[in-house]
Amino acid sequence: MSLASNTIKRFVQYSGMLILVSLLAACGNDSWNNPYSAKESDKNILYSSFSERPKHLDPVRSYSSNEYLFIAQIYEPPLQYHFLKRPYELIPLTATEVPQARYFDAAGTQLPNDVDSAQVAFSEYEITIQPGIRYQPHPAFARDADGHHLYHELAADYIESVNTLGDFPKTSTREATAEDYVYQIKRLADARLHSPLRGMLGGYIIGFADYSKRLEEIYSALKTPTDTTPFLDLRQHEMEGVKVLDRYRYRIQIKGKYPQLVYWLAMPFFAPMPWEADLFYSQPGMKKRNITLNWYPVGTGPFMLTENNPNLRMTLARNPNFHGERYPVEGEAEDRANGLLNDAGRPLPFIEKAVYSLERESIPYWNKFLQGFYDASGISSDSFDQAVQLGNQGEATLTDEMEQRGIKLVTAVQTSSFYMGFNMRDPVIGGLDERGRLLRRAISIAVDYEEYISIFNNGRGVPAQGPIPPGIFGFREGEAGINRYIYDLINGKPKRKSIEEAKALLAQAGYPGGQDKNTGSSLVLHYEAIGSGPDEKARLNWILKQFKKLGIQLVIRATDYNRFQEKMLKGTGQIFSWGWNADYPDPENFLFLLYGPNSKAGNGGENAANYSNPEFDRLFDQMKNMDNSPQRQAVIDQIIALVRKDAPWAFGFHPKGFTLYHAWYHNAKPNLMANNTLKYKRLDPQLRKQKRTEWNPPIIWPILVLLILLVLSVIPAAILHRQRERSAAK
Amino acid sequence: MMAYIIRRALYGIPILIGVNIITFMLFFVVNSPDDMARMHLGMKRVAPEAIEKWKQEHGYDKPLLYNAVASGTKSLTDTIFFEKSIKLFQFEFGSSDSGRDIGYDISQRMWPSLAIALPTLIVGLAINITFALLIAFFRATYIDYWSVVLCVVMMSISTLFYIIGGQYVVSKLLHLVPISGYDTGMSAVKFLILPVIIGVIGGIGSGTRWYRTLFLEEINKDYVRTARSKGLSENRVLFQHVLKNAMIPILTGVVVILPLLFMGSLITENFFGIPGLGSYTIEAINRQDFAIVRSMVFLGSVLYILGLILTDISYTLVDPRVRLS
Repeated sequence: MSLASNTIKRFVQYSGMLILVSLLAACGNDSWNNPYSAKESDKNILYSSFSERPKHLDPVRSYSSNEYLFIAQIYEPPLQYHFLKRPYELIPLTATEVPQARYFDAAGTQLPNDVDSAQVAFSEYEITIQPGIRYQPHPAFARDADGHHLYHELAADYIESVNTLGDFPKTSTREATAEDYVYQIKRLADARLHSPLRGMLGGYIIGFADYSKRLEEIYSALKTPTDTTPFLDLRQHEMEGVKVLDRYRYRIQIKGKYPQLVYWLAMPFFAPMPWEADLFYSQPGMKKRNITLNWYPVGTGPFMLTENNPNLRMTLARNPNFHGERYPVEGEAEDRANGLLNDAGRPLPFIEKAVYSLERESIPYWNKFLQGFYDASGISSDSFDQAVQLGNQGEATLTDEMEQRGIKLVTAVQTSSFYMGFNMRDPVIGGLDERGRLLRRAISIAVDYEEYISIFNNGRGVPAQGPIPPGIFGFREGEAGINRYIYDLINGKPKRKSIEEAKALLAQAGYPGGQDKNTGSSLVLHYEAIGSGPDEKARLNWILKQFKKLGIQLVIRATDYNRFQEKMLKGTGQIFSWGWNADYPDPENFLFLLYGPNSKAGNGGENAANYSNPEFDRLFDQMKNMDNSPQRQAVIDQIIALVRKDAPWAFGFHPKGFTLYHAWYHNAKPNLMANNTLKYKRLDPQLRKQKRTEWNPPIIWPILVLLILLVLSVIPAAILHRQRERSAAK
Repeated sequence: MMAYIIRRALYGIPILIGVNIITFMLFFVVNSPDDMARMHLGMKRVAPEAIEKWKQEHGYDKPLLYNAVASGTKSLTDTIFFEKSIKLFQFEFGSSDSGRDIGYDISQRMWPSLAIALPTLIVGLAINITFALLIAFFRATYIDYWSVVLCVVMMSISTLFYIIGGQYVVSKLLHLVPISGYDTGMSAVKFLILPVIIGVIGGIGSGTRWYRTLFLEEINKDYVRTARSKGLSENRVLFQHVLKNAMIPILTGVVVILPLLFMGSLITENFFGIPGLGSYTIEAINRQDFAIVRSMVFLGSVLYILGLILTDISYTLVDPRVRLS
């Protein structure tokens, strides 16, 4: 037999063996395409994903949603947001109650609660934490029989032999105390740790800025060529405005009045940090082994990070030392009907483990969700039509395919604002004179954000009437909330003014038909754009079209994000698009984006439009220290009226989040403020297992057909070969 | 031969310096140290002094290439370029700009890259050579003609199409393997099947055409004619004589890419969520992590030079006529 025939025969034999092995594997109950271990198919494990590895897991520094996804389940600040109630309400987490501010004058005399903020020299917050809160098991707490910490003075060669935290054989725990909360506030002041809050808190907490400087001096003195990051026991160094009162109580003193502090107390920045962990991770050599607080958190929360491989998978497992918490017993009116109170009063958390897999591309992520291997999913533009259909009134419903799978859709307008900003320092587009106002208002009318939402967001968004998004105090619903400079009220609904009205405003501004009436030249404006991909190009074309409606010549200055940032910082940009996501549910967190002293150019603040109106600044100063009340609403109304008149932004839209959940996933209620919601989630693993098997039967007949075709295609070649071999030499 | 190898290794040093300078310049044309600091510190509430502090801590507060304030050799050594480059030549990659040890990360992430690259290379080589030999066997027939057409079609299709098409058919429609992901140990096998199959299929067009050309060139040589005139069957001529002699360019072509297998595949790793060195490099570029980018480019250059030296050595092993001097 020829060598070629042998090869073909072997190929067929091996293919047969492969099919046999595959068939044997199919005898098991598990799907072949299950990316997880078959043993865990019916376990109470939540499966989710992350697209970008978290940069920092140290609560002093973490500030982005992909980091909060993990650390908010691990670290517990004193306060949290109620899971179900709206408007958002702060409730205690590790504190015994939400602290109330006490106000004092310069002489230290306590003032009444309703005192005018101008009279307040400083305010005090006294926080009492619950006893019995214990940290997750961690080697930093492990002690020997004599009570000495086992891993606080490690030899260099021992550290060299360690690769992960799991390589330390012994762990222990201890109770979280007030001192740990104070320790963390002191860490926020440490310039080496680059906390994003350091600058802001320096302006509020008494002694914070001085403490920060003092630490820098101490570290400079301690630093040696071999140890550039020496450990400093912050317990030995007091901060004037932050004091430990006893084992469970501490006090924060604030310059003047700053009611927003309580919101920060609900963020991981203010979670407790044990000094033992700080010392443990500071040992020379630990950083080289990648064993740092940035990668191995130590918390008191319901979960702990048991697997930290940000290149592949992050796993949160139940913290065996969790102090316990119960599912809320009250919520909004419709929560009971929606089954969100079915677990009322039951102990948390419900799930054993949460596995987050790295998933960079949206197509595999979406397909895995449809196969049942992810429990919940957002909807990318690519898969929007497959998942959602929009009704005549714009209402979103699931497609039949999704309905048949028992998938549920939950939507929520996000507490974010996207806008088109005008640089108020620019001589053409900026300025508080009437010409500038009219020009900006004309553009605001022309830029049709209803169309934008429909084209680029699949209808997922609400056109903005001002800087404050729905769900935040100060936002007004209905007629009262309509920006009358841009919209008319028709049949009780806002309707964008006509382009003719925009043209008329443009003419009043001195640019009839987009021509400067003094010089006769075309009005040329510049738009600062980021990126140049196909999606971005379509968006830029759309923006060009909006300006063209007014006869304005728009020049797109496309650049990368770095150059864009640079232009914004120097104040050399003219028109740009930007957005802001709420840190906390207070109007101050949005209106400060237009506060004069917070301008980006010159001050490096977040006011990218560099809007500076003394009247706005005065009202903002008045509003920011007020409690939510009709009086505060009245001031906010004045502020909103002012920014609508000045139009430093073309108010864009508030995005609407669409999330899909499988039938086995329970207690899904969007909470845009709380990040620690994993503990409320409940699963039905048996249903999931059943559906996965049902949805993913291996189909092997096409492979068999392919093999047969391959074999058949070889036959003519074999015949030809045979003929050649038998033919006489030519 | 030793002298030759040492000489070739020394030739590599100016090449590495050149590569390092080009990487440095390209990176800093696009990103300034301020941009890098902003990227690492986040987008919200970043104070200017925090940026300065970050630059100082990471050694980016110095001039890029030339220090006009310093005197003597310090004007060249007290720069970002010198300080960041000198340790690379000692193979000390240091820490990434986000604080992780690069050497450790490379040692962890090269295995997933190899787990895809090695089987793809071996299986692909076997299939491509087999196909090329068969086509050469049927040279100047309709099988040869249509095989070449098929090869041209296959090599004209983008890798991305193979990946997305493969994921759609094999994982989504047929439910045979996971669509993406990775695991350690034997559990990795189910995740490797699809990327390896796609890698092999994606390479069949160009590989088969290349090897077919090599075989056809050999077939026309005198020794083949002699073998045929001695009455050997075409099978023996092809598989015992032509294949053996064509192995010289095949082997040297394979040896040159062997060290680069460690570097991984940028697109495949990204689409299949495989935590190899290819995705490591892409991530670093996206995050403006210069420490990782320069380390990976440097490592790639070193491995490429190593591959070339190994190729020269392999010539002497497979062809006794070649002597290195």
